[in-house]
Amino acid sequence: MVFEPKILAFLCNWCSYAGADLAGVSRFQYPPNVLPIRVMCSSRVSPEHIFQAFDQGADGVFVAGCHPGDCHYINGNYKTLRKVKLTKKMLEQIGINPKRLRLEWISSVEGVKFAEVVREMTEELKELGPIER
Amino acid sequence: MKPKLAFYWCASCGGCEVAILDLNEALLDLVEKADIVFWPCAMDFKRSDVEKMGDNHIDFSFINGAIRTSEDVEMADLLRKKSKHVVAFGSCSCFGGIPGLANLSSKKEMLERIYDTESTEERAVFPSVKFEFDGEILTLPEFLDEAKPLEEVIKVDYFIPGCPPQTEQTLEALDSLLNGRSDKKVFASAKSVCEECPRQKEDKKLSTIKRIYEIQDDGRCLLEQGIPCLGPATAGGCGARCVKANYPCTGCNGPTQEAIDQGARMIASLASALGIEDEEKMEEKKVDELIDEIIDPVGTFYKFSLPKSILKKRWRDLDKSKTIGGRS
Ligand code: SF4
Ligand code: SF4
Ligand code: FES
Repeated sequence: MVFEPKILAFLCNWCSYAGADLAGVSRFQYPPNVLPIRVMCSSRVSPEHIFQAFDQGADGVFVAGCHPGDCHYINGNYKTLRKVKLTKKMLEQIGINPKRLRLEWISSVEGVKFAEVVREMTEELKELGPIER
Repeated sequence: MKPKLAFYWCASCGGCEVAILDLNEALLDLVEKADIVFWPCAMDFKRSDVEKMGDNHIDFSFINGAIRTSEDVEMADLLRKKSKHVVAFGSCSCFGGIPGLANLSSKKEMLERIYDTESTEERAVFPSVKFEFDGEILTLPEFLDEAKPLEEVIKVDYFIPGCPPQTEQTLEALDSLLNGRSDKKVFASAKSVCEECPRQKEDKKLSTIKRIYEIQDDGRCLLEQGIPCLGPATAGGCGARCVKANYPCTGCNGPTQEAIDQGARMIASLASALGIEDEEKMEEKKVDELIDEIIDPVGTFYKFSLPKSILKKRWRDLDKSKTIGGRS
């Protein structure tokens, strides 16, 4: 059987969720491996959420927010960038491949980019295989 | 009748036992008010003494240290059976503590490091749990796969964190437990160490991480001076005593009540506290440089709570991709 990775995606309400929505209404093809959760801002995602996702069986976690300068809460995405980088460092020390966590800036018109990132990430995770405890 | 108390140590350094002795004169009051029926560190008691007791014979068993060997599990089970209440005493018992950092290595890696390296006289002789000698059978407890907090092996009624618990914390707990008016389950503050900290907070961003000897302490918040201080992620109740002594909080009181995971909470706080000039430009290189200044995030932010965290121990995921050459 082919391994189908499970990706949990946290999408910010104002840009990235709209981008994913655009991908849907435009009928862009992307793998069904991603489970989206809408959050008000990418900075709402805490390292606790990311760790819990891995603990409960996600093979990858995808965080998406507004482009720099576009966060609706002024500087939320800057915090997200630092938070995700710190979390990746922590994951590596804990022994989880940091490639399993990905951050992208996706605006409401970037449906194509959303589909592309999901495709790329699914491929990458297929190569890595299931997460191992 | 006087209430009966027991004190026992699992994988611990002995500091929690000293913390009981540190009660000083109050210890004399304690033996006035209660009978100590088991305390192997300080008095001559044997395991068989406990085995002979009836169920629920002891009123409060204070157990310190992490769970690391099969003997720790047996003693925890035994004391649970013989006690009305079990108190996890100290950070190792509450969250895994310093011995919990060993969860970054596997049992095999640890045994090999100790018994099979250049520094071992006779290589690769590993301790066995059973050994026959002269017709006698000698046994040793088994070294378990990981360190665990007490709560993972038995039901725990009360928690007194701290490395070791502060005298005031212990006295408060003893007082309310022995007088039967313990409305608390955890003898720490519901608020963070920052709330007890007298240092000035200016909401200034820190643009570089420093070590304690690199700053000219000006009395401001240590985090804002660039020192990774665990105050925001740590439960108070200790009176912020490390910070008052000009040393950053290292998190011994465990996560704050609303934090599930102390390390995760700390990186969230740190990410908000960090800041660089012209951050709108989001030059990733600059952010990377700043993050690189944090040398050992797991050891620093989970110093006392790795086994109680969400991920608990080292995962084998990276080892796998190393062997197939897939590492980033
Ligand atoms: S971070 Fe540390 S120094 Fe700053 S307020 Fe909190 S406890 Fe005090
Ligand atoms: S300041 Fe932090 S490390 Fe020091 S006693 Fe309090 S909780 Fe423990
Ligand atoms: S609102 Fe989109 S990242 Fe903050």
